[in-house]
Amino acid sequence: MIRKLFDFHGGVTLRQHKKETTQQPVEQAALPKRLILPLHQHIGHPAEPVVSIGDEVFKGQQIAKPISDISAAVHASSSGKVVDICEHDIPHPSGLKAPCIIIETDGFDRSRRATARTHDLNDLSAEQIRHIIQNSGIVGLGGAGFPSSKKLDPADKKVETLIINGAECEPYITCDEMLMREQAREIIEGVLIMRKALQASRCVIAIENKKFKTLDIMNKVVERSGYDFIDVAAVPTVYPAGGEKQLIQVVTGLEVPSQGLPIDIGVVCQNVATAYAACRAIEHGEPLISRYITIAGSIVKPRNLEVRIGTPINDLIEQCGGNRQTLSKVIVGGPMMGFALHNDEVPVVKTTNCILVNSVIADVPLPSRLPQAMPCIRCGACADACPMNLLPQQLYWYAKAKDFDKVQDYDLFDCIECGCCDYVCPSHIPLVQYYRFAKTEIWNQEREKRFSDHSRERHEFHKFRLEREKLEREARHRQKRAEISGPSDEDHKKAAIQAALERAQKKREQSAVMPKNTQNLTPEQQKLIAEVDARRAKKTGFKDKP
Amino acid sequence: MILKTPTSPHIHADITVTTLMSRVIVALTPAIVGYVYFFGWGLLVHIAIAIAVGLSCEAAMLKLRQRPLQPFLRDGSVLVTAILLTFCIPPLCPWWITAIGMFFAIVVAKHLYGGLGYNPFNPAMVGYVVLLISFPKEMTSWTPPGILQGLQVGFGDTLAIIFLGDFPYTLTLDALSMATPLDTVKTELNLSKTVDEIKTGNAIFGDFGGIGWEWIGNWIFLGGVWLIYKKVISWQVPLAMLGSLFAIATIFYLKDASNYASPMFHIFSGAAMLGAFFIATDPVSSCTTPMGRIIFGAGVGVLTYIIRVWGGYPDGVAFAVLLMNMAAPTIDYYTRPRVYGHSGS
Repeated sequence: MIRKLFDFHGGVTLRQHKKETTQQPVEQAALPKRLILPLHQHIGHPAEPVVSIGDEVFKGQQIAKPISDISAAVHASSSGKVVDICEHDIPHPSGLKAPCIIIETDGFDRSRRATARTHDLNDLSAEQIRHIIQNSGIVGLGGAGFPSSKKLDPADKKVETLIINGAECEPYITCDEMLMREQAREIIEGVLIMRKALQASRCVIAIENKKFKTLDIMNKVVERSGYDFIDVAAVPTVYPAGGEKQLIQVVTGLEVPSQGLPIDIGVVCQNVATAYAACRAIEHGEPLISRYITIAGSIVKPRNLEVRIGTPINDLIEQCGGNRQTLSKVIVGGPMMGFALHNDEVPVVKTTNCILVNSVIADVPLPSRLPQAMPCIRCGACADACPMNLLPQQLYWYAKAKDFDKVQDYDLFDCIECGCCDYVCPSHIPLVQYYRFAKTEIWNQEREKRFSDHSRERHEFHKFRLEREKLEREARHRQKRAEISGPSDEDHKKAAIQAALERAQKKREQSAVMPKNTQNLTPEQQKLIAEVDARRAKKTGFKDKP
Repeated sequence: MILKTPTSPHIHADITVTTLMSRVIVALTPAIVGYVYFFGWGLLVHIAIAIAVGLSCEAAMLKLRQRPLQPFLRDGSVLVTAILLTFCIPPLCPWWITAIGMFFAIVVAKHLYGGLGYNPFNPAMVGYVVLLISFPKEMTSWTPPGILQGLQVGFGDTLAIIFLGDFPYTLTLDALSMATPLDTVKTELNLSKTVDEIKTGNAIFGDFGGIGWEWIGNWIFLGGVWLIYKKVISWQVPLAMLGSLFAIATIFYLKDASNYASPMFHIFSGAAMLGAFFIATDPVSSCTTPMGRIIFGAGVGVLTYIIRVWGGYPDGVAFAVLLMNMAAPTIDYYTRPRVYGHSGS
């Protein structure tokens, strides 16, 4: 048990609502008829399909491969047939569609056990571990979905502390808690795997101090394992203690530099569910095809389920006794940082940790802000609550005034959008919305600026090229003149004038011959004129417009 | 099926501006009770006048500015302004004093600057200062605590005095009123008396400040501490203001105790306590950064002392607060806290 912990600024104490979903053991969710597997469930580059429509796939088969370092594979979560590879609704704040592989399951859930390769950690190098993890499709399961193989690569940096995040500070969410209760041994194995990949000196498993039962279980497992480099830390139950930056501060007392990464200060933070997935991949040769998910809110049976990635969320809601006819709001993630779905016919993805269901009949579990915001009275409650020690009231002021220079001056881009300021605001101002707006506007402006910079550069290069060509031409002319001209400048000038006069004369003659009335000519006449024109053009090099 | 898609966070703390304002009013209640006990019914009558005038002005201005009436009339800010202003008005003042003060506070100091949340100056203090400058006689005719007079002006008589200017028996305002302790000290120090000489034999002085006043000060302190506990106000402003007032008064008191009143006298006299917990802490017009609040509070404390001792007015809290209000945006700008992950500079 780790003793010395540190504080982070601000934070809010929230009602936990965790009892309902921690009373019963985790069950396997029913096998859905259709699995919808987005190719892009992580940060970075989307995976590339390696199956085609009509292919039979078995459970655990790789159906899309990573295309770069920052990418992750996708696997079939059950056996069946690929029926489509198309754009489908995905869980996204803006209700977007994205390319998905759609599998119609055959109900047999066949896997090819023979091909599943199990490994002994002692035989594996750090590089091999990362390779297996990437090909098992493992990404950060705490919410961000950053490809784990990349995050487990310290490159040339030294990792002092590996923090395993089991804080789970958002209300309602208990999937990590249940995972720790039920799979503690495997999580420890996962920690060892990650430690080896990172060459980390010590590991700290951070759990909120109100999760007594879970703390007890983890402590016992760590004690029994006998690894003295693994500690369990009981971190304060204050939201957002489970935020990466805050957790690092609580455990190590260090701050992640602005615009920097935890590894810059020798820390790497991984979620407990990611550790578990790493263990399944290395020890059992199982890719990431399922995860624990909390389903809570206005449903008959709130609980945790082990759900196959790609299972439609509406299936889960029905399975837990939710009435789809009376749905009013479905939130993916926690009530503080989760987003509301536009449509519940979207799949569970690797980063889905919680589904919060609200119905029109009972919207009680989520007392939300008033529709009518009052003016900011600068009470500073937001600044007291901000875990990044920002001044949200000033950010709001400048974001509202669209003063995007000032808003960056007040470090808008350090905002983690945790929602603490918004939560405590007595004026019920949708602060986070203002910050998102300001961020998006600034990104757009920068994109536009890049675009206009690019155009300007092109234009300037164009001008430069014309100028260069002009100079080159002049240089050539001068050279030519020097070659052919014995005569003096005076003669040269005269000749130039003479030439100009001749050109003018010729032009006058030509315009004089131009037909005045060409509308009423017969085809023969037109043909004749065309021929004459052609001949003249050939002779004089002057091309007349028809 | 149409799902609602609000943006996160999806939950909110059970708190509104009205909650905050109600807590301020609750915190002021002990002081109001104490005030009425020592100085009679006048305060309650004036509070009623101030609320009536204040709400009417607020409604009229909201109408003119085409803002919704309901939420703003219910936010409670007018009530707080009304109570704070009337605390600074002598209890037997004519009714129109309060009415003019509230008119200025709400119409000029608040709504002409953009209404709730936008006023750079504390409305109650603007109202008070306008009254003090325009009607110095009425505004300085304080009645001493009832226990000193041996007579209590009844409720009916109070109404008659405030609304009609009718004094009972053969009394006049002059006969009823008396210089406040701060005023007494200031005037008599100018007559080359020492602080001890002034205090001895003058029944208006209590243990620290004026008799009665110091008890109200205790109740204000109690309410203020509760507000800090409830996180309605921050601890920085009151501590910095009282601390700096105490510190500067101590320096001069130790240097020359016969010409400078004791630090405790300064803290328990006039509007120091009220200013520290209820006026300088007005969130809208004071500083909003933690360090800024300390500077703001300290500034108010020092300016209060300077005005009291060397200025033209017996008390200086209102002026000090207004002067610091002007400096608040600049102080805020230069006292931004170090953001997580940024190196301190």
